[in-house]
Amino acid sequence: MKRHNYEQLNETIYSDQLSNGLRVHILPKPEMTKAYAIFTTNYGSIDQSFVPIKQSESITVPDGIAHFLEHKMFEKEDRDVFQDFSKRGASANAYTSFTKTAYLFSATAEVKENLRTLLNFVQDPYFSEESVEKEKGIIEQEIQMYNDQPDWRAFFGTIKSMYQYHPVQIDIAGTVDSIQNITKDDLYTCYHTFYHPSNMVLFIAGNVDPEEIGAFVRENQENKNFEPAEPLKRQFPSEPKAVAEKEKRIDMPVAVPKALVGLKETDLPEDPKEFVKKEWFIDMILDYLFSKSGIEYKKLYEEGLIDQSFSYENHLERNFGFTIIGGNTEDPEGLAENIQHSLLRLKEQKLDEESFQRLQRKKLGQTLRAMNSLEFMANQYTHYDMLGVDFFETIQWLEDLHYQELNQFLHDWIDESRIATCIVQSNQS
Amino acid sequence: MRENVEEVISKQGYDIHLLHTKKFKTIHIAFKFVTNLSRDSITKRALLPYVLQQGTQNYPTAIALRQQLDELYGAVLHMDSSKKGENHIITVRLEMANEQYISSQTSLLDQAIQLLEEILYRPKLEGNGFDPQQVEREKQTLQSKMTALTEDKMSFANTRMIEEMCESEPYQLRVHGYREDLEEINGESLYQYYQKMLQEDRLDVFAIGDIDELDVMDKINQMIQRNTQQQLTQPTTQQQIESSQTIIETDQVQQAKLHFGYRTGITYDDKKYPALHVFNGLFGGFPSSKLFLNVREKHSLAYYAASRVESHKGLLFVFSGIAPDQYDRARSIILEQMEQMRTGDFTEQDIQETKDMLVNQLKETLDNPQGMMELHYQQVLGNSQRSPEQFIQEVQQVTKQEVTDVAKQIQLDTVYLLTSEDGDSNEAS
Repeated sequence: MKRHNYEQLNETIYSDQLSNGLRVHILPKPEMTKAYAIFTTNYGSIDQSFVPIKQSESITVPDGIAHFLEHKMFEKEDRDVFQDFSKRGASANAYTSFTKTAYLFSATAEVKENLRTLLNFVQDPYFSEESVEKEKGIIEQEIQMYNDQPDWRAFFGTIKSMYQYHPVQIDIAGTVDSIQNITKDDLYTCYHTFYHPSNMVLFIAGNVDPEEIGAFVRENQENKNFEPAEPLKRQFPSEPKAVAEKEKRIDMPVAVPKALVGLKETDLPEDPKEFVKKEWFIDMILDYLFSKSGIEYKKLYEEGLIDQSFSYENHLERNFGFTIIGGNTEDPEGLAENIQHSLLRLKEQKLDEESFQRLQRKKLGQTLRAMNSLEFMANQYTHYDMLGVDFFETIQWLEDLHYQELNQFLHDWIDESRIATCIVQSNQS
Repeated sequence: MRENVEEVISKQGYDIHLLHTKKFKTIHIAFKFVTNLSRDSITKRALLPYVLQQGTQNYPTAIALRQQLDELYGAVLHMDSSKKGENHIITVRLEMANEQYISSQTSLLDQAIQLLEEILYRPKLEGNGFDPQQVEREKQTLQSKMTALTEDKMSFANTRMIEEMCESEPYQLRVHGYREDLEEINGESLYQYYQKMLQEDRLDVFAIGDIDELDVMDKINQMIQRNTQQQLTQPTTQQQIESSQTIIETDQVQQAKLHFGYRTGITYDDKKYPALHVFNGLFGGFPSSKLFLNVREKHSLAYYAASRVESHKGLLFVFSGIAPDQYDRARSIILEQMEQMRTGDFTEQDIQETKDMLVNQLKETLDNPQGMMELHYQQVLGNSQRSPEQFIQEVQQVTKQEVTDVAKQIQLDTVYLLTSEDGDSNEAS
């Protein structure tokens, strides 16, 4: 295992790539009581079209299948894996995002045994027709729960207004209709293609002995047989730079209307450092404008266009990316227009050095604060690892940023054709 | 070196809790003001956290205050109001990076404490009260918060159930207050109330982090002038329930919310309190609990079905999200699980696993700064000598007999259903 020490952060990471391709990272934190492990595959809701392992023709699978598969991984022929964790006092969970499916647990005792359970259950699928049918009822209720959440509908509506073909616009859980078509065989196909160790990352953080845990994982993996790794062939439709729909309206019962503005990203840098710099810049600009200390936030708040629900987020991946800004408002058109204007005005704006340094300090403090959480470190490290970047190194890059670079970025960032709006409103009111 | 110890020191008019730990890269300072829930003050108390964040004498606008926080390496100011049992709590929390991780800064803690003092004791004033314009604006913010809450159907259903269940008890009060009170609140009356609160509420101050050599206590003591510390009164006692009630209401929802309110008669200081938590773990606290296994896994009726203990009033809640036409079935399955708890239909092994999970959960909570504070604050609210560590030990001693005794003592008070307007079949095709 390679040992990497990050002096200023007072953290050390042990890393290894096993012969089956699995990447393993261990972050010992002896002060903590618990340990947290997360086993992630680089496979999410956007991976709809691909060439299955050992085949040559591309297929397209039903919407929501990665999430369905995540649910079904916990069920084995004779038992529910949640119980295996419960028996050892651990709490387990899983989630599916656009690009990842992750299985995780935290425990304050029997870490090795829990880790064995984690590795073994994710690497030993069992699907039957009967259990697949039964799961449909549960997932239907999950989908209906999300359908009743106006914030979720607004968020997804904005993504749908930005993207025309790219599968990021497909609901992560699919729809009540699409999941009906999922079969046991589909699940196996997706599983064997995307759950190969070479497509996965294991991260363990907390109160563990890194050498001992590293050896344990290695032994566990060497005792299993996997097909030789094949490069994955995923297919994505070509997506126009401009948004699909400038303005989308959703009619549903809401107490207060919502307006979100989405900015679609294009030309995402291949170079890892450039990619991360772009993220930092976007993050800093959004903070400068729309955080509680932001200049636009102040105006919007004083004009009574926003309330505490106002927020923004930015999400960049290898082949898609977006920023979403907005919240509850009595005047959705007015809010959307104001946000759009402030984005479009950026071209002519410059950030002064003082504000830049304030933002830089703030980001550094925020990162230190987030590092109180093992979950945060494990999840972020895994996310960046899959993008080919060392997360702890990115914190170093933050300090190297220069405000003139940011001003250059500002000048080219926004284009009106890449901005869309989504308004959620109740037509009865 | 002190590590993972709590020191509680009674000062003039308040208590200070020093939680020494090296787990975190930040330092937390929190002020907790608490008094009895009362219809007369609830809306003022709900409004105060919003108004206090609008500025101080030196930083007279929200943006000036926020930018000063950014300067302090993104120190985070958080204020909220909450209800625990029949107490209303206002928490003012400041979290800052521990200066040992920042090379260029040496007096971050001093500056942060100074700012906190300003926020609490030198707010922005106009004449004899808070700035009236800011107060008016924040009333709007609070109003939209009240409105938005009706959109989160799970929390709305829970609020409605408690209003029905505790109709004549202070516990039924809404933590965000009431719209009709807002009109008569102005800058002056709110400031008067605030002065009274600063003096008369019970005050507990928490300092958490690697604070051993930082003199935190003296620094905090310099800013507080109070004479007496309020002793909390205990909540109204349980009423004997003759028969349970069922309340059915409708809304525009696709998923129905079926909630149950029980009376346990057991609060934090009760000797049965650890057994109540073991009961809850078996019944509905975990994915291995009866509710999850039977309502979700066995019958596919819900995406979630869980229970939660209310520690300071002696209540227990069950939450589930179901298809509207499954009400009768879900209701009888949930009631059946409670019956099984009473008759002891669970094994010694189930009990042991539940205890392990509870202990795991509690220890994990102590790995998080806020969790650590809240667990210690339980003792204050419960007027109890039971520390989190002792609670963990007592959980491990609970017997099956104690669990069934608790189960027999728990009485159903209210069943609450929030369902779709067309009443029954809304199941997706």
